[in-house]
Amino acid sequence: MTKIKRILRSGFFNFWRDSTVSLASVLVMMVTLLVIGLISFSGAILDTTLAELRNKIDVNVTFVTTAKEEDILNIRHTLESLQEVSLVTYITREEALTEFKERHASDPSILAALDELDFNPLGAVLNIKARDPSQYASVAEFLESDNTLSPGGITIVDRINYFQNKEAIDKLTRIISSADKLGFALTLFLAIISMLIAFNTIRLTIYIARDEISVMRLVGASTTYIQGPFVVVGVIYGVTAGFLTLLLLLPMTYWLGSTTEGFFIGFNIFSYYLRHFLEIASIIMVSGVLIGALSSILAIRKYLKV
Amino acid sequence: MIVFDRVSKVYPDSSIALEEVTISIEPKEFVSIVGPSGAGKTTLLKLFLAEEKPTLGAVYYDSINIHTLSKKEMDTFRRKIGMVFQDFRLLPNKTVYENIAFTMEAAGRTDEEIESDVPHVLELVDLSPKIWNFPRELSGGEKQRVAIARALVNEPDVIIADEPTGNLDPANTYDIVQILKKINDLGTTVILATHNKGIIDLLKKRVVAMERGKVVRDEKTSKYFV
Repeated sequence: MTKIKRILRSGFFNFWRDSTVSLASVLVMMVTLLVIGLISFSGAILDTTLAELRNKIDVNVTFVTTAKEEDILNIRHTLESLQEVSLVTYITREEALTEFKERHASDPSILAALDELDFNPLGAVLNIKARDPSQYASVAEFLESDNTLSPGGITIVDRINYFQNKEAIDKLTRIISSADKLGFALTLFLAIISMLIAFNTIRLTIYIARDEISVMRLVGASTTYIQGPFVVVGVIYGVTAGFLTLLLLLPMTYWLGSTTEGFFIGFNIFSYYLRHFLEIASIIMVSGVLIGALSSILAIRKYLKV
Repeated sequence: MIVFDRVSKVYPDSSIALEEVTISIEPKEFVSIVGPSGAGKTTLLKLFLAEEKPTLGAVYYDSINIHTLSKKEMDTFRRKIGMVFQDFRLLPNKTVYENIAFTMEAAGRTDEEIESDVPHVLELVDLSPKIWNFPRELSGGEKQRVAIARALVNEPDVIIADEPTGNLDPANTYDIVQILKKINDLGTTVILATHNKGIIDLLKKRVVAMERGKVVRDEKTSKYFV
């Protein structure tokens, strides 16, 4: 107990008395933690943007006008039982017509042409959303091969827009999956680089104290007793830098949030920060403490060999 | 009893620092090791502190080969030895009080012992008024007295002083030597490495003279001839 008290006291004094070195280390550590913080934001931005894009992909099966509702509902039922499919929406012929009219409300010639007809020219539609963009191919294949689409040998499907949109869907699928991978690699790379910088800074502070460490060794101080205060200082660097980073992120995300909201579809960094504050704060604090303590332990080992 | 038994030390660059040195030092003895720079005085002391390992031979303290001690035993052994260096080697971020207290803390002494012993030992080296100063606020002589107080506070069996007066003026040198002599009179073994002729003449104690890594003379009470 006395030992822990002495190690803590000594660590606090060292942090306070070596204020220039402490200030420099805290600033460098802040950069590292800021990078880690921004990484968690970019992860969230990427995730919401990708989810938004994924949502925009779907496949429409348009039926011929003579198709029976019962057959369509059957197909809907079969589709819903597929594992790849997350949602199937049925749009009746009447709904399709209303939607069409709404969409072309500003184009009187189309509406006039429509009025000329005394029947509804639009077929019913099944809108299919897959769990993952890469699964549209198999859904489309299923629709092709399934003979429920042609009861009595006559096909009731007018068209499946997957085949028209295939190229666009494939491209988007590729972009999404490589953005995912690239994002992860970049995150890892940045995190490692910034941690190395913080580690090196702490190593320098311990290098400055190497003579002191050898004196401590020679007066017979044990390894824990020498190492302890340095680890405490490392942890204080981490906590101080973490606290300052969290404060700094408030004005930063506030400014970024309003300027980039339009760019990242409906994603506001500031409100994300506030909503996930506890989560982000614990990531930053834990990273700070771990980097500080581990750097100290690793850096001091070299000088303990006397 | 300290015994250097046919100790040789060759550094990785093949320079020979010690060659077959055999010396034995009785408890409560005061031994001065003299010789020009590069004679091997500091290497000899470093071997005794196990800061360096001998290439050949062994160093014994109370019949124990100190280079076979485990890390923990080494810490305990080093607490029996007080050290004074030419460059003082005080901890720069600690006050005079804390520098001395650190050695006691390392030895596992209680807060009460520390609070009573530190002022006492500072009185012994006549430095009580500077108890709350940092090393950078002290003169060379004062720093060396802090170093001696630090070496003394755990009541060590042996005090090792490596050129303790190398950076000091004659008045401070005289003071430091008197303090070391007093410590020896109280029953502590003192090993002093120096090339200061005046100190040897003043002490009138045993002198081991070294040259190029070898012992060239060992006299009970001697004057400095090298």
